[in-house]
Amino acid sequence: MAGVGHNSAAKRQDVVGEARAVSVLVLLPTALRRLFPEAPGRLELVAADVRGVIDELDRRWPGMRDRLTDSTPKIRRHLNVFVGEDRARLDTKLTEGCRVTIMTAMSGG
Amino acid sequence: MSQRVLVLLGTKKGAFILEGDEARKSFALRGPYCEAWPLNHVIADPADGTIYATGGNEWFGPAVWKSTDKGETWTHSSEGLKYAEGEEPIKTGWSLSPGQDELYVGVEPAGLFKSCDGGVTFEHIHGLRDHPSREHWMPGGGGLNLHTIVRHPNDKEQLWVGMSSVGVFHTGDGGKSWVPRNKGTRMDYMPEGMSKYPEYGQCVHSIAMAAGMPDRLYQQNHCGMYRSDDGGLTWSSIEAGLPSTFGFPSAAHPRDADTLYLIPLNGDILGRFVPDGKAAVWRTRDGGETWQDLRAGLPQKDAFFGVLRQAMATDNLPQTGLYFGTSTGSVYVSGDEGETWFEAAKHLPTITSVETLVVE
Repeated sequence: MAGVGHNSAAKRQDVVGEARAVSVLVLLPTALRRLFPEAPGRLELVAADVRGVIDELDRRWPGMRDRLTDSTPKIRRHLNVFVGEDRARLDTKLTEGCRVTIMTAMSGG
Repeated sequence: MSQRVLVLLGTKKGAFILEGDEARKSFALRGPYCEAWPLNHVIADPADGTIYATGGNEWFGPAVWKSTDKGETWTHSSEGLKYAEGEEPIKTGWSLSPGQDELYVGVEPAGLFKSCDGGVTFEHIHGLRDHPSREHWMPGGGGLNLHTIVRHPNDKEQLWVGMSSVGVFHTGDGGKSWVPRNKGTRMDYMPEGMSKYPEYGQCVHSIAMAAGMPDRLYQQNHCGMYRSDDGGLTWSSIEAGLPSTFGFPSAAHPRDADTLYLIPLNGDILGRFVPDGKAAVWRTRDGGETWQDLRAGLPQKDAFFGVLRQAMATDNLPQTGLYFGTSTGSVYVSGDEGETWFEAAKHLPTITSVETLVVE
């Protein structure tokens, strides 16, 4: 599993609510980045769970939350979010240095 | 100064724009825009030329797109375009109505939203989905969607919406309260023993308001063609003389209240093609008493396409132009009120909507 590495940002650890916020690597898909041209393909941020990652993405690029989650609220049906190699939900907790990959499903016609 | 006609096309794979001069003899195509998202409606606010588009992407959900430079660049937003947590999420935007300081958006599952800041943020108009009939709303073949929004030109409080398969609803108080207006429109497919004329549940396909007569509405329904002269309180059949009772779009003449254009199809179970593989636009000049088929320049052999509910439009030039887009990706244009036609574009994705914008 790829990790963030042990730089200073990666070592940052905050407490958000009950869960501990950790530094993670986030990978964004090309189709999403075309909607938010300022967003990079990979970035580091601090969050406690997947919901926190999306909150932070939306803070940096307003509107990105609506592209990634519906009003249920759930991760949109044809998107996948992996934490490491495991498919995640909004409440999936993060570990220090883990990789969060947002992928578009191979769907459509 | 010469005028330019922009034909705004919504398709299953993005927005396109056909641009031509006022002669409407030839057009240049540009696009696709909006990241090739599936779009259901692309329309301009004639007051300032802003173009809006709405639809929904399988990955990223519904949004309203906006261009203030005639389609060259676009932004998108869906802030507030959502139902409450726990409700079925919005799948896609279906219809747009800009103007009078408000942008209305119809969505699937059926509901209505309003933006008062030019499509940046949206607020739900709760009154429609609070109607006691909602638990009985049923989807049509295209889903449970709000596909038509008609505004009263002189009264901002009045709106008519068309929902499939729910029928026509009207508000006289800006959306706070709504009443069904379907009296006289029928449901041929109802089981034996059940009323074919219920209060709601009809499969309205499109509504067009007559020019200068806000109380006159035309309706293409799944089951027939109708006219109302009292704002939809009652409807009368005007389908006699048409080749079919089934079709999707209806386009009212921009200046003549008695003139309407339809594209009847071959019914709802045999492909929904133009009848006999021969394309025709049907016109009435007497409010639906009589009909004429307009075929010159349209394919008269082996044409197996349909035209969807929002895929026909007029322009507002002195000699009215007509435009329609097909399920097979062709756009047909008439610069002489439907007398003659030519194919202005082909090989596009399935066309879901056609609107026009005339600019200097």
